[in-house]
Amino acid sequence: MKVRVLVRLKPGVLDPQGRAVHHSLEGLGFNGVEDVRIGRVIEMDVADNTSDETLDDMCRKLLANMVIEDYSIEKLDQVEPA
Amino acid sequence: MTFEAAVITFPGSNCDRDMAVAIEKVTGKEPHRLWHGDAELPEKLDFIALPGGFSYGDYLRSGAMAARSPIMRAVVQAAERGVPVLGVCNGFQVLTETGLLPGALMRNASQNFICRTVELIVENNQTLFTSGYEAGEVIHIPVAHHDGNYFADDVTLDRLECEGRVAFRYAQPINGSRRDIAGVLNAQGNVLGMMPHPERAIEDVLGSSDGLRLFESAVGALIDA
Repeated sequence: MKVRVLVRLKPGVLDPQGRAVHHSLEGLGFNGVEDVRIGRVIEMDVADNTSDETLDDMCRKLLANMVIEDYSIEKLDQVEPA
Repeated sequence: MTFEAAVITFPGSNCDRDMAVAIEKVTGKEPHRLWHGDAELPEKLDFIALPGGFSYGDYLRSGAMAARSPIMRAVVQAAERGVPVLGVCNGFQVLTETGLLPGALMRNASQNFICRTVELIVENNQTLFTSGYEAGEVIHIPVAHHDGNYFADDVTLDRLECEGRVAFRYAQPINGSRRDIAGVLNAQGNVLGMMPHPERAIEDVLGSSDGLRLFESAVGALIDA
C-alpha cells in the first residue's frame, strides 16, 4: 500500500523558509501571492495490513515533530496510472 | 573520586573532540567516547555530553535521527535516573527531539547560518550547570547554527520561566528564538540544552573563557555531592 504523509508547520508557527520563498516570488514579479508555507511530503510503501493506528504512530514518533508540525495521511490507490 | 564523563559521537558530530577536551580540562580525566550505535553506557557515569554538529546530515529534522539511535535510549534512561546531561547545539536539538527537553529548534528566522560570539545573560545561576556564574551576568560564548530558533507554545514558555528553567537568554535577538531563549533545563534540573558552545570558550586565547565555568560548575557540584 502506498501512503503519502504530508507534514506541515502548525498554523501560527512562523515559517522562515516560506517567507523567503514568498519574497523571491515577489522578486520574480508574481503579484498577488498572499502567503507561502513549506511542508514535507513523505511517500512510503507499507504492508497492506498496516493499520491506521500504526501509521499515526509512525507520524507521531518520527515523521512529524508534534511541537511544531501537523501531519495528514493519504492512502494512494494501489494501482497507479502508468 | 574519579569523574566519569561520556561524550557521544553521532555520524556527523563535529564538536565531540572539543567537548572531550573541555571536560578533560576540568576533570583531569579523559571522558569515555561512545558511538551512536552503542546500546549501553558505562555502569558508573557522572556526566553525559551530546556535542554539536550535523548528526545524520540533519536528515528529516535536525537531531531527529540521532534522537532515535540506540545510544539515545540509554541516555534517556540515564537522564531519567538523574545523570546530568549537557546538549550543545545539535546536542540541544537531539534533546528536544527525544522529549527530554520541551520545545523545538527551527530554522533561524533570518535563514542565515549564524557563526559568531554572542552575549548571553545567565538567567538562573541556581542550577547544576550555572552555579559558577552570577545571576544576570553577561557572558560571551560563540554560536554556530542554522537551526537555533527556539520554539515552544506560550503555556510551555510561561511554565519554563516560572520554574526557572530558562538557563540562558541571548542579550540581543539573534535567531528568532521565542523570548530570546538560548538554553533550557528539564524539570529535574539535570538536563541542560543550549545552542551556544561553551566548549569553544574555555581559554582566553580562543576569545573567551566564559564557557569553562559551566563545566567547572557541573563537575564541582557533582564532586562535592
